[in-house]
Amino acid sequence: MDKLLFGDNQFFGINHMSEEKARAQSMRFQNIENVISVLDAAYDEGVKTFMCTTHDRIALVCDHVRANPDKYPDFKFFPCMPYAHKYANAVTDHGMMGALTHFMPDDGLLKTALRGSVSLATKDIEGIIKILVDVEMKMFQGVQTPVIFLQNVIVDLLLGMGMKDAFKIFHDHVLENYDAEPGFITMNMPMLFETLDGLGIENPIICSNINKIGFRTCGGFDRYKEILENEKLRAIAMSVYASGAIAPREAIEWLSQVPNIESMVFGASSRTNIRSTRELVGEYFA
Amino acid sequence: MTKIGLVGLGKMGISHFSIANADPRAEIIICDASGYMLDTIKKYTGCTAYKSFDTMLEKEDLAAVIIATPSRLHAPMVRAALEKGLHVFCEKPFCLDPAESAALAKLAADKGLITQVGYHYRYVGAFQEMKRIIDSGAIGTVTHILAEAYGPVILKPKGKTWRTDRAEGGGCLYDYAAHPINLLNWYFGEPDRADGTILAPIFSADTDDEVYSTLTWNDGTSAHVSVNWSDESYRKMSTKISITGTKGRINADRQECQTYLRETNDTLPEYEQGWNVRYTTDLTQEVAFYLRGEEYSAQMYDFISAVVGDGGNPVNDFASATQTDRTMAMMITDHQSAPTTKRAAPLVAKKKRSWLGR
Repeated sequence: MDKLLFGDNQFFGINHMSEEKARAQSMRFQNIENVISVLDAAYDEGVKTFMCTTHDRIALVCDHVRANPDKYPDFKFFPCMPYAHKYANAVTDHGMMGALTHFMPDDGLLKTALRGSVSLATKDIEGIIKILVDVEMKMFQGVQTPVIFLQNVIVDLLLGMGMKDAFKIFHDHVLENYDAEPGFITMNMPMLFETLDGLGIENPIICSNINKIGFRTCGGFDRYKEILENEKLRAIAMSVYASGAIAPREAIEWLSQVPNIESMVFGASSRTNIRSTRELVGEYFA
Repeated sequence: MTKIGLVGLGKMGISHFSIANADPRAEIIICDASGYMLDTIKKYTGCTAYKSFDTMLEKEDLAAVIIATPSRLHAPMVRAALEKGLHVFCEKPFCLDPAESAALAKLAADKGLITQVGYHYRYVGAFQEMKRIIDSGAIGTVTHILAEAYGPVILKPKGKTWRTDRAEGGGCLYDYAAHPINLLNWYFGEPDRADGTILAPIFSADTDDEVYSTLTWNDGTSAHVSVNWSDESYRKMSTKISITGTKGRINADRQECQTYLRETNDTLPEYEQGWNVRYTTDLTQEVAFYLRGEEYSAQMYDFISAVVGDGGNPVNDFASATQTDRTMAMMITDHQSAPTTKRAAPLVAKKKRSWLGR
């Protein structure tokens, strides 16, 4: 994994500080060309991994990268699935069971569809999870996806419920069928790490909030530090600036001292910010 | 471990289950009349599961229940639980008939039981800060409030679920408008009048998709409620309260609380004259387990803490949720007394059904 991963919150009007800023970003990035031009700036600056949700609009970015292989020989996607609002809205529309069948493929892939209906009937989540992953991965055909993540909303939902088998099913399916590494995003890193450890998933890729002030490190900042210091995992830090509460230099200097940090994911809307982040990371992680 | 029953494995029920189940102090027993989710969760988590609420109450030695069934079913289930002496967390809206809300609030109070209703906005840092500033008197006498909520729930005509039927407790009023109204109740108590209430469908056949009303208090305070759950320009539900006072104003949403003070005030020494902005990210306390916003966890852990006798001070008790039910009922009455317009939501008679039949 690259040290710096480029996130996508800014492209979808997600801003934890202000709804006004979020709306301004939505307006700017509703034209996919503006998204691609920021991704191009990142690529030119050497930030070549795009960690993105499986939002429908990401398919347009995939199309663009697929259409220009010479321009993006090293462009990597880290898909994060599912895009939760898509499913939440479907549950409102169709009810819980209706939503599941709604997302089952209807494109003539009889085998997949059969696996889905059998899975639904037998309450076998293995078939359902595999199909949902396959459906989400469709847009990424023909582009590089070396790591595939399960999003925090679903990871933490399953974690709280104690449906641990789902993690193993996702893990094995990604390894076996996508020649990719499975990753997990969570807001509850210590609890997730222990759960994955209990399932025999070794050295997992876990993306969670890791920042100097311990912002949103649920389960306790001390436990986060203990696990990072003593356990074997490939940690990806997000919310490194704690939603703007920590200055970039201070945040990255602190992060560079934390053991087991493989990567840091960040969002930016300008080449200047991408470059200054890249330079800080280069300085402290050298 | 304290045993807590959870009934209703829909969208909110599953979220509550995950949050409550992550609390090491509680063992969650689940219940749902439709078997699919129940069997699947039981199969993969090994937790005890019931199809019948009555059987669960009868067989399990529960300390409390979490009720997340369609709104129409809240009242009978809450009553059954209270009569058994159980503490109750109930999803919002509390009851569709405010007389029932009041009776159940009284029953719970008489029995000294702990109650909480899922109005999670009272656990959002920015809205808590807004309450603190109002109570300090720093913005003077409040003259007017604008209470808004918008989001993309119903965006086209579609098939029916209980959420699209007002008789079942569905619709924009009960689902969306209840939240800003509940915040108004928290800040200013119950309004005395509702006027010019519009409950109109946009895409729904059997319920309202937009809600507008003027609420007034006898002391002269007024509020406009403006809510629409058929607005695709919002990524998700967005609730905003804007308060005008004689000495300043406050705007708050999920993210931030912006306060304008015409002059400094001794009760708020950290606030200066002019604009002051506080962010929810700074105002919010960490939760032990996070699923979808600290407020969802905080309201549940506050309830569980109170149940197990480990502190906890649930702020949304039945009495407070009854205020919101009464305010909404007043708005419905006002709407019904107005001349019918073309897009007025149809008035649907309550169906007589057992609460196990769906």
